[in-house]
Amino acid sequence: MLQIEDLQVKVGDKEILKHIDLEIHQGETHILFGPNGSGKTSLLMTIIGYPQYKVTGGKMVFKGEDITHMPIDERAQLGIGVSYQRPPTINGVKTKQMVQICAKEEVDVEALAAKVNFSEFLERDINAGFSGGEIKRSELLQLMAQDADLLLFDEPESGVDLENISLIGNMISELLQRDFKLNREKSLKKLHEERTKMGLIITHTGFILDYMTADRGQLLYDGELTCASNPREIFTCISEVGYEECVRCAV
Amino acid sequence: MRGLDEKALQAKEKKAGLGQDIDLSAYESKPILHDYVEDIGTLSEADKRRMILAGVDATETDRSGTYIQKDTTAIHAHSKQEGLEVMPIKKALEKHDWLKDYYWKLVGVDTDKYTATAQLDLHDGYVIRALPGSKVIYPVQACLYLEKEGLSQNVHNIIIAEEDSELHIITGCATAEHLRRGLHVGISEFFVKKNAKLSFTMIHNWAEEMMVRPRSVGRVEEGGLFLNNYICMKPVKSLQMYPTTHLVGKGAVARFYSLLVGSPGCEMDVGGRIILKAADTRAEIVARTISNGGNIIARGDLVGEVPGIKAHLECRGLILNGGTIHAIPELNGKVAGVEMSHEAAVGKIAQEEILYLMSRGLSEDDATATIVRGFLSVDIPGLPPQLKAEIDRAVAESDKDMM
Ligand SMILES: Nc1ncnc2c1ncn2[C@@H]1O[C@H](COP(=O)(O)OP(=O)(O)OP(=O)(O)O)[C@@H](O)[C@H]1O
Ligand SMILES: [Mg+2]
Repeated sequence: MLQIEDLQVKVGDKEILKHIDLEIHQGETHILFGPNGSGKTSLLMTIIGYPQYKVTGGKMVFKGEDITHMPIDERAQLGIGVSYQRPPTINGVKTKQMVQICAKEEVDVEALAAKVNFSEFLERDINAGFSGGEIKRSELLQLMAQDADLLLFDEPESGVDLENISLIGNMISELLQRDFKLNREKSLKKLHEERTKMGLIITHTGFILDYMTADRGQLLYDGELTCASNPREIFTCISEVGYEECVRCAV
Repeated sequence: MRGLDEKALQAKEKKAGLGQDIDLSAYESKPILHDYVEDIGTLSEADKRRMILAGVDATETDRSGTYIQKDTTAIHAHSKQEGLEVMPIKKALEKHDWLKDYYWKLVGVDTDKYTATAQLDLHDGYVIRALPGSKVIYPVQACLYLEKEGLSQNVHNIIIAEEDSELHIITGCATAEHLRRGLHVGISEFFVKKNAKLSFTMIHNWAEEMMVRPRSVGRVEEGGLFLNNYICMKPVKSLQMYPTTHLVGKGAVARFYSLLVGSPGCEMDVGGRIILKAADTRAEIVARTISNGGNIIARGDLVGEVPGIKAHLECRGLILNGGTIHAIPELNGKVAGVEMSHEAAVGKIAQEEILYLMSRGLSEDDATATIVRGFLSVDIPGLPPQLKAEIDRAVAESDKDMM
């Protein structure tokens, strides 16, 4: 379980997150909505442990451990994984090597890459000249190798073409143990109970909801989580009346 | 020969334009005799270990020939393949009259006191030649080994890739484990003839108090390709060199790659100059330098003399643990219609890259090492896999020292 209590975060002198409370229970996936600049990426980066996001109040607990000030690599080892919105290029480090780094043990990198249509990129330097959609598949591939328990996705479907979007949607669904096709013999209830992976997915388009179910939707507005409810409901509300109205009706 | 001696005598005191001046009289240069070694497998384990670091393998696996010089004496020279000649230069000069057409034909004997010394007090060196049309697929290995403390090793090498031939050479300079102080003066002249292909990979493993002054010039004829790789990642006190290559035939290509790591107390002044003198010639210079506390000057100079040439220079430096890197890229276009560019950057490892790797589970040290290794891994098209493996090994070795 991830538990965030009254979290306050600053970047430099700027207050970016104000009093965030969030609980993601084992097996749950939440969808995070919010306008540009509302602090969604900042919340993810704070959970991952980027030092420029300074926690000035509150705490974060994951799997019973207080991770508020834990170094970034220890959080990764504890089971937090992320698909970034804008990852950096590292010259001379091949994508293949990156996937291997993510997996603690030997993995069949080629087989994994084939699943997300990324085989021909393995020999390229990581993120070097990748298109927007290619970055998403590269990030997803790394997450597939990492086998994390809490998976954070920063706009995994933005900029992805029609053919690849179902590929990505289905793969995220599989990683978060929400793929019913894979587990036909089990009842829904059983699947639900056995689910362990946790997810937090940022989306503007809501496309991801066409490929998987999610337990809750969260709306981040001006650094605050303002309402939590059924993700489809929030999405419909935002589409119809806009973020501001949607926040108001929740309050 | 007489004429060469005279010119050399005149340059005996001539200081080099670059690099700290060295008092040659502070080094011994009397010949040190070592027995010829018929079977290099019988070399001492300690020597073999040091040579391996410079890419020279005593088992000769995947090698087509070997030259080994210990101090002042050639102790082994042979070719395993038809169409390939590997011989000590002193003997070769006595035996083959044709060698006079190559000896000191590219490097001026009166360039400075070091070239003069190499003429007046030559110890030995190698001549490696691929005969016309012969393809030497496996690399030839050459090692210049220094064991005697305080010695000045004066070497002259001539490398010839005859028309339509292909030749790959890995040459290592190494010092015995115990050796601290010494001087290496190495003259190299490269002749790449019509449609020939030559790759020359030099790995240097010096000692803390070593002074190193290579002087090399190459000449590439029509359709020829010259790949010149230089790797120096171990401590050295002072290294100064500015290898130059002339592209004289239509479509000739030269590419220089260098990887340098400057440890504390080390002064490196390393450049590369390619002069494009014929139509459709191409040149590329790529340098990666890391300062780990040492001072590095990375020079590059491209000279375009005719229209239609293309040349690019790339110099990237990382200052890891103090020290300095001074990148001096120069482009000299002498006519209209040349296409020349350069990029140079000196910086530190981006925090963002370290954090990215850490968020995948690597410790900060492992993340840094991964980025440094990536920085040093340049793809060198046309380099045989055995040589790529040697470069990768040198990088992996240096990385152990750096972290
Ligand atoms: N390192 C930083 N330095 C300065 N300001 C920052 C930094 N990181 C984030 N911010 C600011 O904090 C605010 C929230 O940014 P954040 O990236 O979290 O938004 P977001 O909700 O992910 O937006 P988007 O939907 O556009 O991705 C923005 O105003 C942004 O400019
Ligand atoms: Mg964002």
